[in-house]
Amino acid sequence: MSNLISISGLSKTYEPDFQALKNVDLDIREGEILALLGPNGAGKTTLISIICGIVNATGGTVTVAGFDNVTDYKKTRELIGLVPQELTTDSFETVTATLNFSRGLFGKPRNPEVVETVLKSLTLWDKRDDMIMTLSGGMKRRVLIAKALSHEPRILFLDEPTAGVDVELRKEMWTVVNELRADGVTVILTTHYIEEAEAIADRVAVINQGEIIVVEEKDELMRKLGKKQLSFELATPLVIVPAALADYGLDLSNDGWKLTYTYDINAERKGITALMADLVNAGIRYRDMETQQSSLEEIFVSLVKEAS
Amino acid sequence: MNIYGVLAIYRFEMARTKRTILQSIVSPVISTSLYFIVFGSAIGSQITEIDGVSYGSFIVPGLIMLMLLTQSISNASFSIYFPKFVGTIYELLSAPVSYFEIVLGYVGAAATKSVMLGLIILVTASFFVPLEIAHPFWMLAFLVLTAVTFSLFGFIIGIWADNFEKLQLVPLLVVTPLAFLGGSFYSISMLPPLWQKISLLNPVLYLVSGFRWSFFESQDVAVGISLGMILLFLAICIGITWWIFKTGYQLKN
Ligand SMILES: Nc1ncnc2c1ncn2[C@@H]1O[C@H](COP(=O)(O)OP(=O)(O)OP(=O)(O)O)[C@@H](O)[C@H]1O
Ligand SMILES: [Mg+2]
Repeated sequence: MSNLISISGLSKTYEPDFQALKNVDLDIREGEILALLGPNGAGKTTLISIICGIVNATGGTVTVAGFDNVTDYKKTRELIGLVPQELTTDSFETVTATLNFSRGLFGKPRNPEVVETVLKSLTLWDKRDDMIMTLSGGMKRRVLIAKALSHEPRILFLDEPTAGVDVELRKEMWTVVNELRADGVTVILTTHYIEEAEAIADRVAVINQGEIIVVEEKDELMRKLGKKQLSFELATPLVIVPAALADYGLDLSNDGWKLTYTYDINAERKGITALMADLVNAGIRYRDMETQQSSLEEIFVSLVKEAS
Repeated sequence: MNIYGVLAIYRFEMARTKRTILQSIVSPVISTSLYFIVFGSAIGSQITEIDGVSYGSFIVPGLIMLMLLTQSISNASFSIYFPKFVGTIYELLSAPVSYFEIVLGYVGAAATKSVMLGLIILVTASFFVPLEIAHPFWMLAFLVLTAVTFSLFGFIIGIWADNFEKLQLVPLLVVTPLAFLGGSFYSISMLPPLWQKISLLNPVLYLVSGFRWSFFESQDVAVGISLGMILLFLAICIGITWWIFKTGYQLKN
């Protein structure tokens, strides 16, 4: 896949002296869904804002489809739709009017069919003549997405699209994102819900304190950094882990009822068989056992901890 | 040129006028009517003619200018301040529209409104006082030039202002006094010599004088100078706007 957006050496210093982005390099591929993960204040919104032209970079370059986003801004911005993090809408406009406005602003002639399609895909069709002010928060969020899609962009930036949105609507939005991907739209989303990235992203970029610390295929990332755990629920509680089992690095819960073994997903599995045999030899009996795989969330937390 | 972008902004602003018709058209018309009743009929009947024009008619051009200045500024400043205030400006900044196109959309809409308003007031005035316009073309030219210039000035204020207080400050503390002291309601020849000289420093005087000339051919300063002053003021506003956008002042960080 070719790169649709190339970011190189991007930095941003806010007045008077706060470095929000530090020499960021990132390539975004055509047609992918990239999740931008990072804690509050990591610089996600700043990065997106620079690409879209809302914030001026202090240094570095961004190209979109080969065009520089400063010198050729008209060409790059035409390709991009942006859904901002904050819910900011024109309260007194109707839904249809605000979509017509957005489409015009991005240089496209009126097209009721496109507007209809967008509204329907976001289940806003029934609300098309309503004043935005009268819509619920989740509906307003959809209106923002509809506005961003009204000019048929090739790239969509979603800055925390599901913040403050109920589970059902969140699932619906994932569907929308998947449909967009099927249409070949490249989607970049930031999110605090890591399960969201886990559910829909192709690749994940982790940003912390203005630096990109990891960019990786999601599956690869989870495989590389993921851990598995095997827990035994004991028949009788232990006080300490027997010396014979010391090599496994087992964790005993405080109440002594649970023994946990942590291992690498990639490592060979014979360790488990050996462990089970050794448990029997040590006279430890257990009632139940379960395995857990670490989520992207845990990977993320450990990455960010490592970096700072 | 992103013509659809300009049109989108223009239409958006005109739609806003329609929604706020009471505030943008009806209220200025009512307040001008009050001026005519008080100054034109009641007090005006006690005042002798000025340069052969009855006082009621004499104040028409000045009154239109007064409304034109204040409405252009408040309309244009609000139209750009508001998106900044509520945050919808993100869309404008991320859209493929040049600064020139943004100005064209907003200032064009504000100026259109002002010209419409000026004409409506003119018609209203004709119900109260006899009116004839000596130079209709120049009358319209002064109307349009002033509307554009002060809409641009308002646009600058809207960008500069970072709170509502600042938004009101310039119109209230600078423009209204200048408009009142700029000969809207009198000819400066009625003033003592010193105050006549001081009045010449007031830019609004030139607008009112030129505009009044297009009605009655009476003037406080030569009409050529009036025209020159408007154009100068327009050039200054264009210069400031250009500088604002070049530096991204108050819009981007
Ligand atoms: N206009 C500004 N002026 C000064 N500092 C700013 C400005 N905007 C953002 N910052 C700072 O830059 C840093 C990055 O902010 P940014 O909004 O990009 O973070 P984020 O990753 O989007 O966070 P969140 O997850 O909370 O949305 C923060 O420390 C923030 O305080
Ligand atoms: Mg953010």
